[in-house]
Amino acid sequence: MDAMKRAREPFQFYTRLNLSELTGLKASTLPELLEIIETVPGSCIYHHTHRFLQQHQYLSPEPPNDFAYWVAESLGDDELGEKLASIDTIQFGTIRALRNKIIATIVGYLADVPSASRRFAREGEEFHFIKSSSFVLPTNYVANDLAEFAEILKKITIDSIYYHMFEARLRLERGTNDFSVWIEGALGEKDLARDIARLDPYTRTLDDLRRTLIQLAESRISK
Amino acid sequence: MARIEEYASIVGQSTIDDLRLLGDKLRGKVIQHINSTSVGGGVAEILNRMVPLLRELGVDTRWDLIKGGEQFFAVTKKFHNALHGRREEIAERDFEIFRETSAENVRDVNVHGDIVFIHDPQPIALIERKTGNKWIWRCHVDVSDPNREVWEFLRDYVVRYDSAVFSSPSFSQRLPLRQFLIAPSIDPLSDKNRELPPETVDEVLRKYGIPRDKPIITQISRFDRLKDPVGVIEAYLQVKRYSDCRLILAGGGAADDPEGAAVLEEVREKAHGDPDIHVLLLPQNDIEINALQRASTVIIQKSIKEGFGLTVSEALWKAKPVVASNVGGIPLQITHRYSGLLCHSVEGAAFAMKQLLASPAYARRLGENGREHIRNNFLLTRHLRDYMLVFLSLYHPEDVVYL
Repeated sequence: MDAMKRAREPFQFYTRLNLSELTGLKASTLPELLEIIETVPGSCIYHHTHRFLQQHQYLSPEPPNDFAYWVAESLGDDELGEKLASIDTIQFGTIRALRNKIIATIVGYLADVPSASRRFAREGEEFHFIKSSSFVLPTNYVANDLAEFAEILKKITIDSIYYHMFEARLRLERGTNDFSVWIEGALGEKDLARDIARLDPYTRTLDDLRRTLIQLAESRISK
Repeated sequence: MARIEEYASIVGQSTIDDLRLLGDKLRGKVIQHINSTSVGGGVAEILNRMVPLLRELGVDTRWDLIKGGEQFFAVTKKFHNALHGRREEIAERDFEIFRETSAENVRDVNVHGDIVFIHDPQPIALIERKTGNKWIWRCHVDVSDPNREVWEFLRDYVVRYDSAVFSSPSFSQRLPLRQFLIAPSIDPLSDKNRELPPETVDEVLRKYGIPRDKPIITQISRFDRLKDPVGVIEAYLQVKRYSDCRLILAGGGAADDPEGAAVLEEVREKAHGDPDIHVLLLPQNDIEINALQRASTVIIQKSIKEGFGLTVSEALWKAKPVVASNVGGIPLQITHRYSGLLCHSVEGAAFAMKQLLASPAYARRLGENGREHIRNNFLLTRHLRDYMLVFLSLYHPEDVVYL
């Protein structure tokens, strides 16, 4: 394709910076965890299901959420830990739906294994509920064509990729990611938009996701 | 002192660009830090680095001090220990002394910031001067299990602030104000953390008579029971049965501390007769600490209680595999089996160290993961970003803020 084909409108890269807000709420057992998960704000569920992605971006992408890690490591319940870790985050279009799935997983497990409610975390290893405050701001990077888009992807922060791939999809309930929307709408590149939309960003590290996005864009340019 | 651009080679230019964007959003606001001392102690150390960098980012940052006599600081020292959960006899007179000195500071300190950032309990009463501006209380102390009397006394002041900042989730309390989690950080360009030429490392080992003939396990900590140096020797002895190695226990600060001197004596006694244990009472020398960490095969931090435990970040930044107790801020720095190994006992520590000595490839991977974790979460640049975000949050209460 013509790498210089100008987009109908430019793509403005944003960045998203997170601040962790403490709630003072903590759980030592599964029933306590469940009760708090049911009532905390959505930004709290978001924090505990997405924090790993940002803070451990270089690692293997597991474990994908704090609930799974705590249940396995602090309560010593590997089976429920595995069930929580395998919740397919990408299937849920809203935080509300994701929360319901986490609740259903714990409730179902407690019904099957009632003794699990008697497990408790040692003092000092309680689950502390934290919520994310997100600050979204425009960066100095703007792409007018696919070549510029690929070049900027090499430079921007992981936070920026994160914002356009995850935050747009789930927290803001946009359904897909910002890159696909622009590539299809402003460049008319339906196949590339679809290939990017199909990526499951939750099973990759953010650096791997960056590499894959660059590869997809560059291979389209060289065709 | 390093300039902000020098950090770009470590964290990437785009991270520095983000900091500048945030700085732009704070133009026109005066940020006033207030604490009790400009030298010595962790708070002064952080402010000495952060204030110039914030200014470089375009944030009008000032730094002022409160005054207090010997009696006042003796009382605040007691408060500090009591907040840490230590048993302290606190008399009504102590509270009176605190109130009297605070009243003088409320009268005399020139409070002029749009945002007033109060560090620790000593200047907490300045909140009396709150008008239309914004106030943050930054608690650097571990208040996970505080003496209730002291906490309730301080709480009356805390609740009048707009926000509070704590270093670990376990320090947060139920309070009617926004509370943020901001972990401390290390400076990758400081003497304690910067890259060192191999000759410097060799020279320090030579100076202390430590041969490099076998793997070295090291704990860097002052000689304090809460750091469990005797437990470290016990763990080392268990490891030694399977893997020949050396142990370095290095730290300072025992000279004017009777308890520290007693602990050092116990450690020396326990180490007696084993030429592979090196107990080093070091003066404050950051390059030597840096060199000892870099010379080590495994770093241990077997604390029983820990405020935050930044020695763990220092070791991980040097890509060293770390074994550390699951206390205080340590689990924020180490995710078990991903970026280090957490333990709860002497046996657990020994088992983890054996694993690391026997599996160098696994140890290397943990160390490399650890270094990246520190790069992303525990360097000074992240700390600067969080502070600027807290300042902005004072004007934006919503969960998603579009700037």
